Amino acid sequence: MPVETWLIFILSFMLIGSIAALEIKDLLSAIIAVGVVGLGVSMAFLLLQAPDLAIVQFLFEIFSVVIMVRAFIKREYHQQSVRKDRIRKTILSIAALVAIFIFSINVFKALPPFGKPLMTTAQYYLDNCARETGAANIVSSIVLDYRGYDTLGEVTVLFGAILGALTILRLKPGKQSNEEEER
Amino acid sequence: MNQERGLTLIAKTVTRISVWLIILYGIYIILHGHLSPGGGFAGGVVIALAFLNVMLTFGHETVTRWLNIDFLHDLEPASGAMYLAVGILGIAISGSFLANFLSKGTLFNLVSSGNILVLNIIIGIKVAMGLFTVVWTLAVFRLYEGGEE
Repeated sequence: MPVETWLIFILSFMLIGSIAALEIKDLLSAIIAVGVVGLGVSMAFLLLQAPDLAIVQFLFEIFSVVIMVRAFIKREYHQQSVRKDRIRKTILSIAALVAIFIFSINVFKALPPFGKPLMTTAQYYLDNCARETGAANIVSSIVLDYRGYDTLGEVTVLFGAILGALTILRLKPGKQSNEEEER
Repeated sequence: MNQERGLTLIAKTVTRISVWLIILYGIYIILHGHLSPGGGFAGGVVIALAFLNVMLTFGHETVTRWLNIDFLHDLEPASGAMYLAVGILGIAISGSFLANFLSKGTLFNLVSSGNILVLNIIIGIKVAMGLFTVVWTLAVFRLYEGGEE
């Protein structure tokens, strides 16, 4: 079977998973459905021959599912309440999606065929990367050599996110200051 | 050993053996980032997941006693600064920011590709310690309800 068939299969699987994650009443089942969607993304990366991305996506999916389960498992908002006017909102969103699809048919016609990219930058990397950087893994050489400045930005983003999380989560009210050494 | 904290004895025994294998696998992925799929980000997440495994099995008090948490907190911004320092060393030695100033070596060797190996190790430390710090803070964090007075 060609890779497009598998991709369509995985994408429909992910669509079902995301709809289930939105519609399931139980919060734990919704978290599991989100995990299914993330594993589908990982499988799609693997089929598109990007194992670097697949590994990172797979690991981060495990990580986020564990954190979400750990964070939500003992809360009172385990059960979601049913909203009132959901039929009207569903019709509105489906109409908006159909309108966007109709407007973007011309864009779909202009897309290049699958596996035939318009950009020719990748061919330069494929030709020259092993000679210029000495790394056998082309993705690693692009991320850390040709685009090293970009990776510095990513590291800074990670640092900022962790700084924000620590800043919010270490806040304690003043009268609990006898427990300060726990932090 | 406090048996009342964490999971059962079976899970603890398995974790005691398997966590070292997971950390070893993470180090393998980081060190082979320039040869095979993977790299600093993936290996760092593997190491962070190993620590998360210990934390889920033994409880966060044991992890707090086992690891030097303050040192790991300091390691996370320090590795970011080390990335910057490697970039500035590139200016000093080779004339451009983040230039690959080390020797390239032969292709497919473990010690090759110059700066990429160094930067992979730095990013691995950064990601592992960053994610572990977030998980540890989430575990220790307790929500205090406001408006009690």
